[in-house]
Amino acid sequence: MATPTLDKADAAGTPEPGFADSPYITATFRIRRFNPEVSGEAVWEDFQLEIDPKERVLDALHKIKWDHDGSLTFRRSCAHGICGSDAMRINGKNRLACKTLIKDINPAKPITVEPIKGLTVLKDLVVDMEPFFQAYRDVMPFLITKETNEPTRERLQSAEDRERFDDTTKCILCAACTSSCPVFWNDGQYFGPAAIVNAHRFIFDSRDDAGEQRLEILNDKDGVWRCRTTFNCTDACPRGIEVTKAIQEVKRALITRRY
Amino acid sequence: MSTTEKTASGIGPVEGASLYDADNPAPLIEPPRKRTGKSPKSTRGNFEMHAWLFMRLSGIVLVVLVIGHLLIQLVLDGGVSKIGFAFVAGRWASPFWQVWDLLMLWLAMLHGANGLRTVINDYAERANTRLWLKGLLYTATVFTILLGTLVIFTFDPNIR
Repeated sequence: MATPTLDKADAAGTPEPGFADSPYITATFRIRRFNPEVSGEAVWEDFQLEIDPKERVLDALHKIKWDHDGSLTFRRSCAHGICGSDAMRINGKNRLACKTLIKDINPAKPITVEPIKGLTVLKDLVVDMEPFFQAYRDVMPFLITKETNEPTRERLQSAEDRERFDDTTKCILCAACTSSCPVFWNDGQYFGPAAIVNAHRFIFDSRDDAGEQRLEILNDKDGVWRCRTTFNCTDACPRGIEVTKAIQEVKRALITRRY
Repeated sequence: MSTTEKTASGIGPVEGASLYDADNPAPLIEPPRKRTGKSPKSTRGNFEMHAWLFMRLSGIVLVVLVIGHLLIQLVLDGGVSKIGFAFVAGRWASPFWQVWDLLMLWLAMLHGANGLRTVINDYAERANTRLWLKGLLYTATVFTILLGTLVIFTFDPNIR
């Protein structure tokens, strides 16, 4: 009995027949279910699982889907925090299910799992990501150069120039930031933190020549000026990107460009 | 219909009658708030940027104006008890205080109105609600600014 988590498991009276080192605890997962073919209303459904608290929320979802209710629908691909498929609202906070350990989110109480907010729910935890990706496409997230002929060698860049946008290269497009933004929740027209982060990645890239165009796009009515610096995005980012700071840097670039 | 029939995929028979079928389809999920067009059109002018910048700059100026105003009105020289018609008349005899009050009126009203405009934009979801709230806001703002300006410029200390 080394860890406090296991002590808690004892207190909860979970089965450890004869052996004090059973890692399992009983945890309740309260999942927001929605099936448009059955009802237009979303409902909470509880699942009780015997689970090792050192496992992740994604493992719990797998357990539910594989052993309890095969109709539970969610997205996941790599399951290791890189593909960005399984962003969801766990205990009221946007996180990746595959990077959230059950012991870190107080399994003594029911753990709520909801789809991310601000995007249309298709089924259970699956949302329509199209508006999110449309905003991403709108900022032209690819290298644009002035030269007409392709260079015959790689485009070199100093370490300092690379460092300038290093933080925003980490984005995995999971939508945790955008769907945590209260401005995005309102009408979904705001570009959202993720699109701005990915614009930032090219605006501040010394090899790219379309920074001006991207700034103009983000100068839109629904661009960076709708940011209210609530820092929800920075808190939500599973990659630890300083999202709000990146948005402020874009604002500053827009101002200093003009004045 | 055979009940022993099994599908290869292992999906069991569905229990209970489905609420929906071809004639009575499931409720349509409204399409997400779609962006129209491939990329956003470039904005004529940059009202949002200027509004954002105005908030920062007017905020800095207002800190000086408002704290100075509060100090003079409420703290220095006897505090709030000294304020009367004579006090106001005396202050507005000087163009400096006229400009100070005028600037404070305009900046504070526009700053506050713009703040409320963003609040309405962020929280009022229906277009109609937005329209009415903003209409009310703009009417009140224009009325207050005009009335205040009129008073500052046409103030007559000899009125009876």
